[in-house]
Amino acid sequence: MLVTSLLRRSAASTPSVFGRAFSNSCARRSDALFMHRDTEYNNPMIPFAFSGDNMKRAEEIISRYPPQYKKAAVIPLLDLGQRQNKGWTSISVMNYIAKLLEMPPMRVYEVATFYTMFNREPIGENFVQVCTTTPCMLRGSTEILNTVCSQLGGITPGATTGDGKFTVIEVECQGACSNAPMMVVNDDFYEDLTPATTKKVLEAFAKGQKPKPGPQGGRKTSENSAGLTSLVSKPYGPGEFCTPEFS
Amino acid sequence: MLKASNSVAGIQRQANISIRRSLATVADPPVRRYGGLKDQDRIFTNAYCRHDHGIKGALSRGDWHRTKDILLKGDSWIIQTIKDSGLRGRGGAGFPSGLKWSFMNKPEWQKDKRPRYLVVNADEGEPGTCKDREILRGDPHKLVEGCLVAGRAMNATAAYIYIRGEFFQEASHLQQAITEAYKSGLIGKDACGSGYSFDVYLHRGAGAYICGEETALIESLEGKQGKPRLKPPFPADVGLFGCPTTVANVETVAVAPTICRRGGSWFASFGRERNQGTKLFCISGHVNNPCVVEEEMSIPLKDLIERHCGGVRGGWDNLLGIIPGGSSVPVLPIDKCSEVLMDYDSLKDAQSGLGTGAVIVMDKSTDIVSAIARFSSFYKHESCGQCTPCREGTTWMMNMMNRMVEGRAHRREIDMLLELTKQVEGRTICALGDAAAWPIQGLMRHFRPEVEARIDAFRASHGGVMFGGRMIHDADPTLAIPDNLGANLVEPGDRV
Repeated sequence: MLVTSLLRRSAASTPSVFGRAFSNSCARRSDALFMHRDTEYNNPMIPFAFSGDNMKRAEEIISRYPPQYKKAAVIPLLDLGQRQNKGWTSISVMNYIAKLLEMPPMRVYEVATFYTMFNREPIGENFVQVCTTTPCMLRGSTEILNTVCSQLGGITPGATTGDGKFTVIEVECQGACSNAPMMVVNDDFYEDLTPATTKKVLEAFAKGQKPKPGPQGGRKTSENSAGLTSLVSKPYGPGEFCTPEFS
Repeated sequence: MLKASNSVAGIQRQANISIRRSLATVADPPVRRYGGLKDQDRIFTNAYCRHDHGIKGALSRGDWHRTKDILLKGDSWIIQTIKDSGLRGRGGAGFPSGLKWSFMNKPEWQKDKRPRYLVVNADEGEPGTCKDREILRGDPHKLVEGCLVAGRAMNATAAYIYIRGEFFQEASHLQQAITEAYKSGLIGKDACGSGYSFDVYLHRGAGAYICGEETALIESLEGKQGKPRLKPPFPADVGLFGCPTTVANVETVAVAPTICRRGGSWFASFGRERNQGTKLFCISGHVNNPCVVEEEMSIPLKDLIERHCGGVRGGWDNLLGIIPGGSSVPVLPIDKCSEVLMDYDSLKDAQSGLGTGAVIVMDKSTDIVSAIARFSSFYKHESCGQCTPCREGTTWMMNMMNRMVEGRAHRREIDMLLELTKQVEGRTICALGDAAAWPIQGLMRHFRPEVEARIDAFRASHGGVMFGGRMIHDADPTLAIPDNLGANLVEPGDRV
């Protein structure tokens, strides 16, 4: 779906690319677009540079790696760049990081296309990712996905709402399976969802608020919701139960 | 006898033997029941984030208690303690940790002037697995301290913790713990005042399941695409930045300090021989109260679910199957579920695996074929594309599985699919190909009649299907259809 919308968008600006005169077979639909075509909103002429704060952060990140392996910082820096660039990684961001880390731009493009967390197309203000892998699916994530889509005005996964407030995608396991079904809005996990709580969360975001992340059903984290079955007593203190040497 | 006590079936056999043995004077050894770990024996005392995860709370729960003395004991003492404890890697493969760590200290390792790294794999992405998350956000200091202790054991100079990018809250808790530990002089130069210098760095990934594989993780940490490397050379020789490296799971590293303080024999007193210790299990799917819980190894699967999760939805008899170790291991049907123990050997004997201890429960309402087909899509999405059998195979498996959800297939295609899984398995650099193949093999091993019934039903209502999913009645009769499309293979009950 993402691809169709992307194709449509880029088709509008560069129609010649899609003029398949001699063949009527359809283009291979991968789940991501691995090419870059210059567009008005995404071309190397758009300037990008880290803000002062982010530059400091970037320097701190680079200092974690051996000086001859500066390029190890490419993933954290792309993430930083993406955050500064309204949630998506444009070609300018990639070029800037390549220059900063003194690596060939192609190496940065490789990384940015490989990892799913780098959005190479603009996204809405709130990035909603609904997990639909089996553990969530068993607990009803299909219904959650449908609720999210209908709540946001009948868009399909991969699309952005007309007002640019929400982008919805389907994602693979986010690692909160005991709290399934779940979705991620921006950086926060919303877990133990039901269609009703999903609507509530989205409504709050639509109003510009930020609902409390975590399980929406009443439990705090991933404990048994009917009452603790473990870790009921006060945790033991330093040296307790240790061998005589360490007590 | 020892072997017979390995399973419940064995225990029953044992009982029969003892009835027949009229003249024997030797008593049967008492049957040991596993499970029911006490709170005082739980390592992750803040798994549910009910207490402070910062340094104050960590100190009050006994973290960083006399870590200096552990460090001063030296590398061989720590490794011996870990070996005594019987700890096996908690990331899925179950390799003995003490042994693995000792690979870093080859004879004359001091002459090698390269830096040495410990890399902690916090790229938890296996569907069903959410145990490391609880460590990372509830007990981050246990992990930081574990890095120091495990790092000391392998004489590492620094540790990199590779955390998956989606874990934002977890990463910030961990970063907080690292900063606090640096401020208190617990790590850094002269860690804990022991004279040993050790750094811990956090590295956030960006969403790729394959980066959970150790060499892919190293590649990713070096700022490249996460594509696994061929082994040898093993990371212990040439790893991160070309230096000796050991990659270990979060849980394995985080339990090390507690084992050192409480003794290897304490840890070894839980679970069966060769499967000792405690472990975090994460239960998801159709149970009444899904949760993450630390339990004794070798706890019977049924006990685990009934004791901590309020049982299967609709009662145990409503159970269809359980995937006992995350998406990569084969599913078990109900009869096996009621007798297996949650440890490496018992589950291996049941033709499945402990994996990461991620129990995915499915009750009778589950469409098992579509559940497994969803895994196939997952692997198709996550295959890195480096090895052809996996890149192409996962796509084929997904397409075939998706057809079988509907039943749009030929019965013979089940065997073709199985053959395909065998062709992928073991023919790739990393284990993702195997992991993609096993769930399908497990499905066909235990639920083949279900798939066949679906195929038959589809053929009965829609007509014959050729190999590859095209309908026979859609084929152009004016063209010659090759025999290998199976158009002429009529099945009993077909509407021709």
